[in-house]
Amino acid sequence: MTANAPAGAAGFLARYEGLKDHLPGARKPWLNTLRADAAAHFAARGFPTRRVEQWKYTDLGPIAQAHFAEPLTMVEGAIALPVPNAPHRAVFVDGRFRGDLSTLDGVPYRVLSLARDLAEAEPHLGALARPESEPLAALNTMLFEDGLFLDIPEGVEGGLLELVSIAVDPGRPFAFHPRHLIRLGAGASLTLIETATGRGQCLHNPVFEIAVAEGATLTHGRMLQEEATVFHLSTIYATIAAGGSYDNFTVAAGARLTRNEIHAALTGPKAACHMNGAQMAADGQHVDTTTALDHAAPDCASRQTYKTVLTGRSRGVFQGKIHVHQIAQRTDGYQMNQALLLSDEAEIDSKPQLEIYADDVKCSHGATVGALDADSLFYLRSRGIPEAEAKAMLVEAFLHEAVETVTDETLRGALTRALDNWWSRQGAAA
Amino acid sequence: MPAVTETIETVQSVTESTYKWGFETDIEMEFAPKGLNEEIVRFISAKKNEPDWLLEWRLRAFAAWKTMEEPRWAAVKYPPIDYQDAHYYAAPKTKPGPKSLDEVDPELLKTYAKLGIPLREQEILAGVEGAGSVPAEGRMPVAVDAVFDSVSVATSYKERLGKEGIIFCSISEAVQEHPELVKKYLGTVVPQADNFFAALNSAVFTDGSFVYIPKGVRCPMELSTYFRINAKSTGQFERTLIIADEGSYVSYLEGCTAPMRDENQLHAAVVELVALDDATIKYSTVQNWYPGDAEGKGGIYNFVTKRGACRGARSKISWTQVETGSAITWKYPSCILQGEDSVGEFYSVAITNNYQQADTGTKMFHIGPRTKSTIVSKGISAGHGQNTYRGLVRIGAKAKGARNFTQCDSLLIGDLCGAHTVPYIENRCVSAKVEHEATTSRIAEDQLFYCRQRGLTQEEAVGLIVNGFCREVLKELPMEFAVEAQKLLQISLEGSVG
Repeated sequence: MTANAPAGAAGFLARYEGLKDHLPGARKPWLNTLRADAAAHFAARGFPTRRVEQWKYTDLGPIAQAHFAEPLTMVEGAIALPVPNAPHRAVFVDGRFRGDLSTLDGVPYRVLSLARDLAEAEPHLGALARPESEPLAALNTMLFEDGLFLDIPEGVEGGLLELVSIAVDPGRPFAFHPRHLIRLGAGASLTLIETATGRGQCLHNPVFEIAVAEGATLTHGRMLQEEATVFHLSTIYATIAAGGSYDNFTVAAGARLTRNEIHAALTGPKAACHMNGAQMAADGQHVDTTTALDHAAPDCASRQTYKTVLTGRSRGVFQGKIHVHQIAQRTDGYQMNQALLLSDEAEIDSKPQLEIYADDVKCSHGATVGALDADSLFYLRSRGIPEAEAKAMLVEAFLHEAVETVTDETLRGALTRALDNWWSRQGAAA
Repeated sequence: MPAVTETIETVQSVTESTYKWGFETDIEMEFAPKGLNEEIVRFISAKKNEPDWLLEWRLRAFAAWKTMEEPRWAAVKYPPIDYQDAHYYAAPKTKPGPKSLDEVDPELLKTYAKLGIPLREQEILAGVEGAGSVPAEGRMPVAVDAVFDSVSVATSYKERLGKEGIIFCSISEAVQEHPELVKKYLGTVVPQADNFFAALNSAVFTDGSFVYIPKGVRCPMELSTYFRINAKSTGQFERTLIIADEGSYVSYLEGCTAPMRDENQLHAAVVELVALDDATIKYSTVQNWYPGDAEGKGGIYNFVTKRGACRGARSKISWTQVETGSAITWKYPSCILQGEDSVGEFYSVAITNNYQQADTGTKMFHIGPRTKSTIVSKGISAGHGQNTYRGLVRIGAKAKGARNFTQCDSLLIGDLCGAHTVPYIENRCVSAKVEHEATTSRIAEDQLFYCRQRGLTQEEAVGLIVNGFCREVLKELPMEFAVEAQKLLQISLEGSVG
C-alpha cells in the first residue's frame, strides 16, 4: 500500500473497483448487482459522521482517515486458537473459513461457508441487510469474501456451535468484512457462541443476517475480545417469525472502538426477542451499543438489559429504540440500561427511545447512570472486606445481571468468564 | 363491546367545536405591511421608539436569521411556512386614557369578559386609571399584563407592585423606563442566533412582559400575562424577560388563546429567566392556542424557545406547562444550572387530539456542583395526535454530586395516535446520579370498570383517570389555574374520548 492511496471511504471504493472481478461470486450477475448497488450507496454516503443522528456519539473519524487494506492472501498453517467454549466450532481467520482448524464432525446440520456455497445463498443474501440506510452494511456487501452460512432444517435441534473469528496482525492496517447468514427453519433451535479475537491495526466489520422461522429458537452469545488496537463495527439484522425467539447476549470487552448495532424485527404474533449485554471500556476505549427493535406484529414481547462500566478516559454509548407499529397491539416491551462510571474522565451517553403507534401496549424503559453506591461499599467494608475487593464484588454483581437470564449453562459460563477476565485485567492495570 | 370503544363512539358523536375561545374581536387595527425585511425590523423598532442599541441588536438577529435553516429534526410535519406572507406588527388603534369602563372600546372589553379575565383586572386591562389599587374582594389578586396581537394593552396592579420595588410592565415600556436592566439581561439566556425561531423573534419581537424582582422581595401576588392572537395573517412574537434578584421569589403565569381560523398562524416567542443567588422563579403556562379543527385544518404553530439560567448559588427555576392547544407545539423549556446547589424543575402535561402534534420536553444543563433537576412529563395522545417527549440531561465534568430524576409517561387513547419518547442523557461526572424512567400504556379496562361500577359515566371515568395520570404535574400549578387546567384537559379530549 503506497502512501498516496486514498484513505477512508475513497480507499475502500478504490479497492472495490480493483478487487471486484476477483471477489467470491464475481461471475454471478445477481451478486455483482448486489455489490454494485451497495458500492453506489457507500459512495453516496461514505462513513457516517456525527451529524447523522444514529452516530451522534460515536466518531468514525479515525477509521475514515486510516488506510486499511483487505488481506489478499489466505493466512496458512497453524494458528493459536482460543480455548474452546463448545464441542463444535467453525473457525474464521481474517474473515475466511478455515476448515482445517474447525471441529465440525457430528454436527446435525450442514455448516456452510458463504464463499464456497454462494449458489445456495442466493435467495437469502441481502434479504435483511439495508445497505441503503446503513453505510457499514453497504461497505460489507461491497467487499465481503466469506462468512458462516447455516440453514438449519425444520425441527432440527442444533445444540451448541462456536463461531471463532481471529484476526492475525499482518503488520499493516487491514480490514475484513465477514458476512454471516444464520437461518433457522420452523421449530429448529441453536445456541451460537461467537468469539472474536484479534490484534494489530484492524477493522473487523461483520454483518449478520439472521432469520428465525415460526417457533424456532436462536440463542446468540457474543464475546468481543479483540485487542485495544482493533476497530470492531458489527451490524446484526434479525427477523423473528410467529412464536419464534431470538436471544442476543453480548459481552463487549475489547477493541479501541466497538459498535454493536442490532436491528431486530418481530414479524409474527407471539414472537420474542431478548437483547442483553455488558459493555466495558478502559482508558482510550469507546464502546457503543445501538439497538433498534421493531414490533411489527401483535402479542410480541421484548426485553433488553444493557450494562456499561467505564474506567479511565473512556466513553460508553447506549442507544436503544423500540418502535411499535399500529398493528402490534398487546405489545410488551421493556428496556433497561444502566451505566457505572468508575473514573472522573469517563463519559456515558444514553438515548433510550420509544416510538409507539398502537394503543394497547405496555412499554417502558429505564436508564440510570452513576458511581458505585457508597452505602453498599460501606456495608461491605464494615464487614471487614477490603475496599478493592468490595468494589470488585459490586462491579461483578452489576455486570453479571446482564447474563443472568442465559439458560444455557455452557454459554453463561463463557460469558461470565469474559466479564470476569475484563475486570481482573483492570485490577492488574490499576 | 369493550368499554373504551364504546366511549370513543359515544363521544365522537359529540360536536367537535369545543374550542370556546375561538371568537374574533372586531376592532380597528393598525398593521405593518405584509412581509419580512430589514425595513420591517426598522419599522417595528421605530414604532416602539426604541434606542439605537436595540435596533442594532434586532438587525444583527435578522442578519443571522437569514443565514439559518428551519429546524427539521422534530417529529412534526407541516407544509413550508411563507415568512413573507404575514404581518409582523398588528396593534389595536389606541385612544389615550379612558377614564371609566364606559369609555373603553367596548369590543376590547367584551374580549376580556369572554376570556374570563377577573373583573378588577379587566378594568385595568382596558386602561382605566386608578382602578388598580383596589384589590378584589375575597380572592388572591393576580396582576395581569395582556398582550393583544403585537402589543401589550394594559398591566394591572402596577402601583401595588411598585411599592415593593417590583417592576412588572410590558417589555416595550421596560425598554423606555429601565433600559439598563433590559440591556444587561436581554439575550443573555437565549442569544439572538440561538436557533431559527429565536433569531426570528429577536428581529421582530413586538411586545411581551418584563419582570424585575428586587433583592430579598417575595412577590406578594401571582404575575400573569395573557396572550391573545386576534388579527388575521399575523404572527405573534413576544419576548418575556424575568429577573429575580438575590433572595427574591416570583410566581408567573401565562395563558394564551386565539380565534378559530382555517389558516395556520405562527407564534414564535422567547422567554428568558434569570435567577440570581437564592432566588426562585416559578413559571407556569396554560397553553390553549387554537388547535385547528377536527380535520387538522388551521391552528397555531407554537414554536417557542424558553430558557432559564440559574446563575446564582441555591437558585431555583421551575417550569410547569399544560399544553392543550396549538396545531403544532415545538417547545423545550430548559434550565442552565450554573450556580452551585441550584435546582431546575420541569413539569409538563401535553395533550394532542385530532391532528395535533407536539414535540416538547426540556433540557437540563448541570454545570455547577450539587445541582439538581427533576423532570416529570405526561403525554396524552388521542385521535390522530402525535406526542413526543424530547429531552436532554447533560452533566458536565464539574457538576460533582449532581442529581437528575426523569419520569416520562405516555397515555394512548385510540389506535391511530402515537406516543414517542426521545431522551438524551450525557454524563461526564463520576459522582453524578441520573435516573430516567418512561412508560407507555393505555387506560386499563379494570380502572374504567372500577370507576363505572361506582356509578361514574364512561366519560367521567376517563376524565378522572386522565386527571389522576396528570396529578403530579397539575399539583405544581397555582390553585386557581390547576382547577382551570383540569377542565381544559377534559375539554381537549372531547370529541375523541371523555
